[in-house]
Amino acid sequence: MHLLRFIVGRLVVYALVIVFALTVLFFVPRLGPTDPVEAMLAKVSSQGAYMDAAQVDALRRSLADTFGLNGSLLEQYWAFIKRIVFTGDFGPSLSMYPTPVMELIWNALPWTFGLLLTSTLIAWVLGNFVGLLSGWRPNANSSRIMEGIAICLYPIPYYILALVLSILFSYVWRIFPLTTTIRGAPWSWELVSSIVWNSFLPAMSIVIVVFGWWVISVKAQTSALKEEEFARYARLKGLGDGRILTRYILPNALLPQITFLALQIGLMFNGSLITEILFDYPGLGLLIYTAVLQGDFNLLMGTISLSVIAVATATMIIDLIYPLLDPRIRHR
Amino acid sequence: MRSFFAHAPFRLYLGIVLIAACIILGGILPWFAPGDPLVWYSAPRNQSPSAAHWLGTTSLGQDVFWLLTYALRNSLLLGLVVAGFSTIIGVFLGLAAGYAGGWLDRVLSFFMDALLCIPSLPILILMAALFGGQLAMPIIAVALIVFNWPYPARQVRAVALTMREREFINVAWFSGESSVRILVRHIFPYIAGWSAANFINTVLVGISTESALAVIGLSSAQQATLGTMIYWAINYQALLAGKYVWIGSPVIAIVLLFIGLFLVSSGLSMRSAARRMSV
Repeated sequence: MHLLRFIVGRLVVYALVIVFALTVLFFVPRLGPTDPVEAMLAKVSSQGAYMDAAQVDALRRSLADTFGLNGSLLEQYWAFIKRIVFTGDFGPSLSMYPTPVMELIWNALPWTFGLLLTSTLIAWVLGNFVGLLSGWRPNANSSRIMEGIAICLYPIPYYILALVLSILFSYVWRIFPLTTTIRGAPWSWELVSSIVWNSFLPAMSIVIVVFGWWVISVKAQTSALKEEEFARYARLKGLGDGRILTRYILPNALLPQITFLALQIGLMFNGSLITEILFDYPGLGLLIYTAVLQGDFNLLMGTISLSVIAVATATMIIDLIYPLLDPRIRHR
Repeated sequence: MRSFFAHAPFRLYLGIVLIAACIILGGILPWFAPGDPLVWYSAPRNQSPSAAHWLGTTSLGQDVFWLLTYALRNSLLLGLVVAGFSTIIGVFLGLAAGYAGGWLDRVLSFFMDALLCIPSLPILILMAALFGGQLAMPIIAVALIVFNWPYPARQVRAVALTMREREFINVAWFSGESSVRILVRHIFPYIAGWSAANFINTVLVGISTESALAVIGLSSAQQATLGTMIYWAINYQALLAGKYVWIGSPVIAIVLLFIGLFLVSSGLSMRSAARRMSV
């Protein structure tokens, strides 16, 4: 009963957060010093497309519709929320007319999701391994060197690392491709290897930074935990180092990482956006960038709204499962 | 070498040295610039590093060294403004929420949680795209403050909540001290160390987010920042031309500055944690 009330409470907060996020998105175009519709029209006409007065007027009306600028503010707001929450329809893409925005997003999502998931997993496994070992003997030389490396890697933003990696491994030593080109028939070995080959550098730029953080935090956790009573008990019982580490220390060191993941997921998403743009990686980040460059505002509103909702949802899900994993918090 | 990263103070000192170097480079040297380094063709084009131009010149005829000092100055300024306002607003609202409780606490807590869930970069990209393709620095600063005050606020609220139950606060309360005095004399020392660490960290986040926006060309082009310098270098094919010093100097400056900021921030929070233990 306690648990149910907790979950319902979190879901209500989640719904409120989403509404809040959408409200922010609704007001951003209205806060600007310039009228987005006129800015958009200027962008379109500056690209050399000739339109007569009637066409311009039609475009202006459809743009006003996109931004939901018809009717009173309250009506506009309601229409905006309704369109996103209940229909999930962002209209056709203006630059790749008439492909619907949602179709473009669905094509891009697996790339972003796959990139983030794979690199986070790799970094997590590596970071926990190195962090546990160096936390077990915090004063050994190898532990200090590992922590020093981690401290130098973690503060570097993803895009700077992406830039350095692409300069080193694509310009100076031409090992990896500069931009992403995926080749091969569906479900063929060639396709898989091409994806792995092209994703290597973008993934590395995320892996290295996140790895740095796991090493720092897991090392601190481990060196504190191994002085705890239960670890001493295990040692007095005559258990080996390996068993104490994996069965006694690791589970306790894992828990705080979940809260960190909740806080970090937005930053990681921000980072992956720029990484994708720098490597021409066909995910959500590149789609947003295309939308900005082409002045495709349907696509822009769609991609931005979706990424905001996705990150908020991921954060809330992690927040929700945390008490389910940690019995100490559940009964509060 | 043995105790290289083991003791918090050393980490703190190393970080302070790195930041001091950046402040000298970005805070003092711009006053001695021979002219506005942003102006095109104020120096010979495509020079390699030499005595006259320490880091060479760009293909637009700008001196890379002086451009770098200007970029550092603007980036640092942005970071400090964002961190300063975020910390002040965050500490104030966090104390208010934790100390007052009730509906004020609920409303403020909701805004903290909601803003922490929203990724800032997509919103900034949207604003840049809608407001004519580039965002002016003051707008970026305001947006970043809006997204960054919840971090200190949440932490300060948690501290204030536990403080309300502590004995010595009750003693102060019953001996007739005013709430303002209790806040300043008894609660503030607890959050000062952590707030300083968070302040430094917010400087980092602010500079980092602006640079991210600038690298893809959506920040102000009228001002040099570390990010716009990278953007110009990429855009004018510094890499194809093999001008690695041009693109390398802002990248190295960012990396050193961020490592310095991180060392100071983590050193400060380690020190304040150690002090709290010993009390």
